[in-house]
Amino acid sequence: MEQLILTVILTSVPLIFAASGELIAERSGVLNLGVEGMMLMGAVSAFAIAMGTGSPILGMFAGAFAGALTAGIFAFFALGLATNQVATGLALTIFGTGLSGLIGAPLVGHAIDGLPQIHIPLLADIPILGMLLFQHDIMVYLAVIMVGLCAWVLNATRVGLIIRAVGDNHDSAHALGYSVLGVRLLAVMFGGMMAGLGGAYLPLVLTPHWAEGMTAGRGWIALALVVFASWRPWRVLGGALVFGGITIMQLAGQARGWTIPSQFLSMLPYLATIIVLVLIARNREFALANSPACLGRIFHAGK
Amino acid sequence: MKKFFTTMVAGAFAAVSGISAAVADPVKVGFVYLTNPGDHGWTYAHEVARLDVNKHFGDKVETTYVENVPEGPDAARVIRELARQGNEIIFTTSFGYMDPTLKVSKEFPDVKFEHITGYKRSGNMATGNIRFYEGRYVQGVVAGMMTKSNKIGYLASFPIPEVIQGINAFALGMRSVNPDAEMSIIWVNSWYDPVKEADAAKVHIAEGADILAQHTDSPAMLQTAEKAGVHGFGQSSDMKAFAPKAQLFSSVNNWAPYYISKIEQLMDGSWSTGDGPDHWAGNTWLGMADDYLVLTEFENMPADVKAAAEAAEGKIKGGFNIFTGPYSDNQGTVILKAGEAYHDGNLWNDMNYYVEGVNGKIPG
Repeated sequence: MEQLILTVILTSVPLIFAASGELIAERSGVLNLGVEGMMLMGAVSAFAIAMGTGSPILGMFAGAFAGALTAGIFAFFALGLATNQVATGLALTIFGTGLSGLIGAPLVGHAIDGLPQIHIPLLADIPILGMLLFQHDIMVYLAVIMVGLCAWVLNATRVGLIIRAVGDNHDSAHALGYSVLGVRLLAVMFGGMMAGLGGAYLPLVLTPHWAEGMTAGRGWIALALVVFASWRPWRVLGGALVFGGITIMQLAGQARGWTIPSQFLSMLPYLATIIVLVLIARNREFALANSPACLGRIFHAGK
Repeated sequence: MKKFFTTMVAGAFAAVSGISAAVADPVKVGFVYLTNPGDHGWTYAHEVARLDVNKHFGDKVETTYVENVPEGPDAARVIRELARQGNEIIFTTSFGYMDPTLKVSKEFPDVKFEHITGYKRSGNMATGNIRFYEGRYVQGVVAGMMTKSNKIGYLASFPIPEVIQGINAFALGMRSVNPDAEMSIIWVNSWYDPVKEADAAKVHIAEGADILAQHTDSPAMLQTAEKAGVHGFGQSSDMKAFAPKAQLFSSVNNWAPYYISKIEQLMDGSWSTGDGPDHWAGNTWLGMADDYLVLTEFENMPADVKAAAEAAEGKIKGGFNIFTGPYSDNQGTVILKAGEAYHDGNLWNDMNYYVEGVNGKIPG
């Protein structure tokens, strides 16, 4: 059982990174559908650097950097040239998928050691809990720290207030003298960095090799999680664990010979997402309380 | 959505990715790939064979491939485009291209179509397949002897005939040496999703499995096995680089002889799908005896297991029919009595059960 819970935690990490990054971008009013592309760029860069230098930690930084850089391309078009965010985001996913495949072609067929687990002294020796909470690689801890950081910055700091102001009413924020595009650029780049970290977790820990398109749609799940979490960071963490939990439960159910059709079991994570969305939507005030009013809307300073 | 766009891009650039030859009028050959050759599994094996075709024929052929083509109706557009570009023979390399290939084959009666692992045929559409299940019987023998927990974890993709054949052949091999061993199947409902394959492998290990096998395409399962200190079998291509301590052996698909012989038949005019209502005779289904399926070196196993694996391999090469009675399904119903055996038609039409030793039931 502990092993299964451990698997749930690990499989949720990429989603936690990518979704909380996208959450910040969306709270600033930018809908970036390019998460999948940014994750793949992060994954291929992390693997290339980790393989080249022999250091998975450097790989992690490379993944973050590549993700932010890819987001910069999105920002150039969607913010700089005020292109349609949905179309630009979709294009970014296609671009990231293709470019990562091109960069990664010579990396196919190689394996690396991946990030080591860190045993936190004393705590790691607690029965069961120690294994579940205190024997992870550094990125698991980083994921939780980043969620906490996002929540704190958004809710308790002036920076968070500015981000939310820009996302909720960009004209007012502009009138108050805040640089709407500047704030959004930083938020989008932060989102890209987090997506890059999420992508990097795949070749650095989960499956220590590079394969084209290895994220297999997790970027889209991360996007759904932001809505699922009603734009609140800690709910992203919870949502990712629920999603991971149901995924692993259906796999375990099959291994134990449950007689429910596997197609139905495979559907469960998505079904759960829809059910939660419906339940949330019944209370519109609750659901949309944190939804950025300017999400996806183009800002013109001269207006 | 992502795949849709990727395909549009892939389709648009199909002509660019062709390997051009300088000599006039080479035979143009088209290939349709499910993923990109970088999967290091199924499609990779096809790409290796395509390069062998180029090497074998030199400038007498010109090959083109389109990668990342989703299974289903959308594939027809890509296949049609390849036919329009003047490819004289088109290989469509995944089960789900069956109906689209059949549809396009009727629109282009002068083009030859070879569909890989399906069962529908027409006057200009033949099928090609490898007897993958032969390798899985040998895997079963090794797994049955190696396992200490008597639990084998198996990752499956979709419940189609070749996958069921593989599961049952594995179980018959396993039970031939170890009547107590049992297999659990996890359907990941994908050919290629490394993270999900790794997750499923972890679940199998958590449930006590100490030998893993897969009918999915990425090396993720073997990497997980390597990390957890258990053993497993590679799929489609040699995956030793990913799991030097965990890989017992891989069943490698060798499509080159099939491609080469079909292209030669096209060149000398002898290509045919055979006679009869289902055009069975002109179609290809060969295995280990003809080197269409090649087992890599047996490793990470004791000498007696290795000897048993070699014996099983030799037996199959010598013509042993794996699906020979007596055996029952996992509900206890007798399928074949002693002396009875399946012929090829049975393998495609009648195998809708798990044999003894496999837990659960076939989904759907």
